[in-house]
Amino acid sequence: MKIHKYDTVIVGAGGAGMRAAIEATKRSRTAVLTKLYPTRSHTGAAQGGMAAALANVEEDNWEWHTFDTIKGGDYLVDQDAAEILAKEAIDAVLDLEKMGLPFGRTPKGEIDQRRFGGHSRNHGEAPVRRACYSGDRTGHMILQTLYQNCIKEGVEFFNEFYVLDQLIVEVDGVKRSAGVVAYELATGEIHVFQAKSVIYASGGTGKFFKVTSNAHTLTGDGQAACYRRGLPLEDMEFFQFHPTGIWRMGILLTEGARGEGGILRNKDGERFMEKYAPVMKDLASRDVVSRAIYTEIREGRGCGPEGDHVFLDLTHLPPEQLDAKLPDITEFARTYLGIEPYTDPIPIQPTAHYAMGGIPTNVEGEVLADNTTVVPGLYAAGEVACVSVHGANRLGTNSLLDINVFGRRSGIAAAEYSAKADFVELPENPAELVQEQVERLRNSTGNERVAELRKELQETMDANVMVFRTEQTIKTAVEKIGELRARYKNVSVQDKGKRFNTDLLEAIELGNLLDLAEVMAVSALARKESRGGHYREDFPNRDDVNFMRHTMAYREVTADGQDSVRLDYKPVVQTRYQPMERKY
Amino acid sequence: MATPVLDKVEAEAAASPYITATFRIRRFNPEISDEATWEDFQVEIDPKERVLDALHKIKWELDGSLTFRRSCAHGICGSDAMRINGKNRLACKTLIKDINPEKPITVEAIKGLTVLKDLVVDMEPFFQAYRDVMPFLVTEGNEPTRERLQSPEDRERFDDTTKCILCAACTSSCPVFWNDGQYFGPAAIVNAHRFIFDSRDEAGEQRLEILNDRDGVWRCRTTFNCTDACPRGIEVTKAIQEVKRALITRRF
Ligand SMILES: Cc1cc2nc3c(=O)[nH]c(=O)nc-3n(C[C@H](O)[C@H](O)[C@H](O)COP(=O)(O)OP(=O)(O)OC[C@H]3O[C@@H](n4cnc5c(N)ncnc54)[C@H](O)[C@@H]3O)c2cc1C
Ligand code: SF4
Ligand code: FES
Repeated sequence: MKIHKYDTVIVGAGGAGMRAAIEATKRSRTAVLTKLYPTRSHTGAAQGGMAAALANVEEDNWEWHTFDTIKGGDYLVDQDAAEILAKEAIDAVLDLEKMGLPFGRTPKGEIDQRRFGGHSRNHGEAPVRRACYSGDRTGHMILQTLYQNCIKEGVEFFNEFYVLDQLIVEVDGVKRSAGVVAYELATGEIHVFQAKSVIYASGGTGKFFKVTSNAHTLTGDGQAACYRRGLPLEDMEFFQFHPTGIWRMGILLTEGARGEGGILRNKDGERFMEKYAPVMKDLASRDVVSRAIYTEIREGRGCGPEGDHVFLDLTHLPPEQLDAKLPDITEFARTYLGIEPYTDPIPIQPTAHYAMGGIPTNVEGEVLADNTTVVPGLYAAGEVACVSVHGANRLGTNSLLDINVFGRRSGIAAAEYSAKADFVELPENPAELVQEQVERLRNSTGNERVAELRKELQETMDANVMVFRTEQTIKTAVEKIGELRARYKNVSVQDKGKRFNTDLLEAIELGNLLDLAEVMAVSALARKESRGGHYREDFPNRDDVNFMRHTMAYREVTADGQDSVRLDYKPVVQTRYQPMERKY
Repeated sequence: MATPVLDKVEAEAAASPYITATFRIRRFNPEISDEATWEDFQVEIDPKERVLDALHKIKWELDGSLTFRRSCAHGICGSDAMRINGKNRLACKTLIKDINPEKPITVEAIKGLTVLKDLVVDMEPFFQAYRDVMPFLVTEGNEPTRERLQSPEDRERFDDTTKCILCAACTSSCPVFWNDGQYFGPAAIVNAHRFIFDSRDEAGEQRLEILNDRDGVWRCRTTFNCTDACPRGIEVTKAIQEVKRALITRRF
């Protein structure tokens, strides 16, 4: 075991982690621990754009953006946070441009902007061009640009270090962060990083679904590490299902495709979104479009022999436009489906995409231990966090924005905290939990296989807690997850070595997914209403009287070591917008 | 507008043509032996799936110790460049049907970088060469309050080289790099190109000097391996040629 000491430790080197690192490194001695090489992070997969009311191509302002964010989130958004997001968006984009990001340009040479779902002029009048983009690889360019600037700033990375535990120490009755414990992939060695402040920027948790746009490595490690140490997780029932994943594979085809004029059609060739969202049509909010697609499929208007998908039709768009604006996704269709999007429509289905919930923070990125108390020295930003700017449903292009705005804020706040705080003493045996976990898995002779359990988990999640949910389906999932968690105790790995033991790490990642799946399902079961990404067929309406509140899920452990999820609730911050019915 | 139909996909989906393919994989684990060996695995698989799917099947069902890097699974993160049937490719972007599954499919680590375990190589020298070309925008003078202007034509000038995902498929397919690891390699030059030809950047001269080095751009012998290998379709050799020309004319 090795012990390191840094002022600030950042967990994750995606967009949020690197944006934080650029600020923190300027102000404090900072280490970035990341399980992937920074440029492998899933921010690089983001395609469509980053929202900011620059008003470069048409009238726009940040107040409209704030409203759209709150409405898009079905009023579960904390309105003070949404206002910061929309206001700071403009500088966030300009900062990236100055760091070198090659945005698409207007003929005048300014940053070009395109339409995206849910973003509107004057509170819903008509779609507005607010998304700044770089072809259909905006996330790639953000990730590269931030990495380039990390090199410029001399950010210190520990690549292929997996953070597996968060050290929490109670000092005078206050929970404080002492540091993290990490596992080094190359050697199998365990490292303790003592730090005055820690920022989680470890991304999403989509891999508990089968059809997902998320990378294999998005297993919610950060959420799970904090949850296991008694910290709450907020709004975990809210997961976004993006309407256009490649049929069966889940690979994302950006909403930008519809922003450029792409149309969804059922087996009769009908543009069915006209029925569901007469104004915004194909560019209505994602939850609305995903439900519309499944309604078409259920009512027998799906395509293919099994009627299990619909089409994204780009054939009416000029090939030059597809080449210029959507080169990557058209290539995905060619590579993975053997389809030529110039002439043939692309089979799609909704794909599990984005975790709206996560580690609760305030607008400085400080992590909450309950509804009001912060954990001094602990921060979170990006998809791992829940500020909450996305509420019940995130608008497209608001996450690339979120990682930049709140990555930057938490980087500054954490480094400033490090400058004035002392180290918290490490607990005795700081690496104990991780050592135990690793040894148990390495030595286990149990007969359960990781891949089998993960497959069963993904199947139950897809079948029971996806776009449509009912008490019945969620209960089925809760039960199944319980069974899988019990069987997980008998999991063994074949690779017993120390060097690059990805077999072992997949087992640990599965443990995280199981814990988080349980939190998600239990939270979903209790929310007896429909709101944003959480749709209950047995409670199809939003219920502001009983459920205009955030879910806070805590892990409870009984004396005999049994654990369960305890739910509590937190009020939503409302400033100037009264909840209205959400129509597109 | 005509109603779209999709006979092709529907016809293919109707049949479920699983095949048995042999994957011949170069195994190496110094914890067990200093020798690398070939090992065969038989996999039942739909040929429309990716080589990465086959590697997962092997790891998840047959041998958990098989080790490779991967993340995104759709050609965007650059984790899984490997030599498949003797050619550098991304496992997640290579469909089995496209590489003749009738015969054993060979899979080995990319060349020219030290193999650490199975298909995992030491990427540090590769990233070092990248860092050496100053891969970041350098500007002088006061920052403007709004964005720097750049015409669509100027933006287009370096578009191709912005696509790089640092997968190392190009560099590790280059015979010059195999013989001498000191050579910067095509990927570093591609990333220098991305900034040299960016109208906003003011360090082009410095980068050109770096590439004028003994181990720089003149080592390239235009074998085009890199261009063939690049999974992003970047015209790597062309980018290198443009850098060479800029070195001669000092115009970019
Ligand atoms: C296909 C796709 C397209 C998208 N398109 C858009 C879009 O157009 N616009 C938009 O706004 N949003 C988009 N999104 C959403 C957005 O891209 C993501 O939410 C966002 O990039 C997440 O960034 P992040 O920095 O929080 O996490 P990530 O980029 O996922 O980074 C996570 C980091 O954490 C590290 N990590 C994870 N676990 C550990 C651990 N245990 N120890 C150490 N390190 C760890 C990883 O190595 C990685 O560096 C898209 C998402 C997907 C999947
Ligand atoms: S130029 Fe192409 S092959 Fe080379 S590292 Fe970049 S993406 Fe990979
Ligand atoms: S797994 Fe990301 S490029 Fe292949």
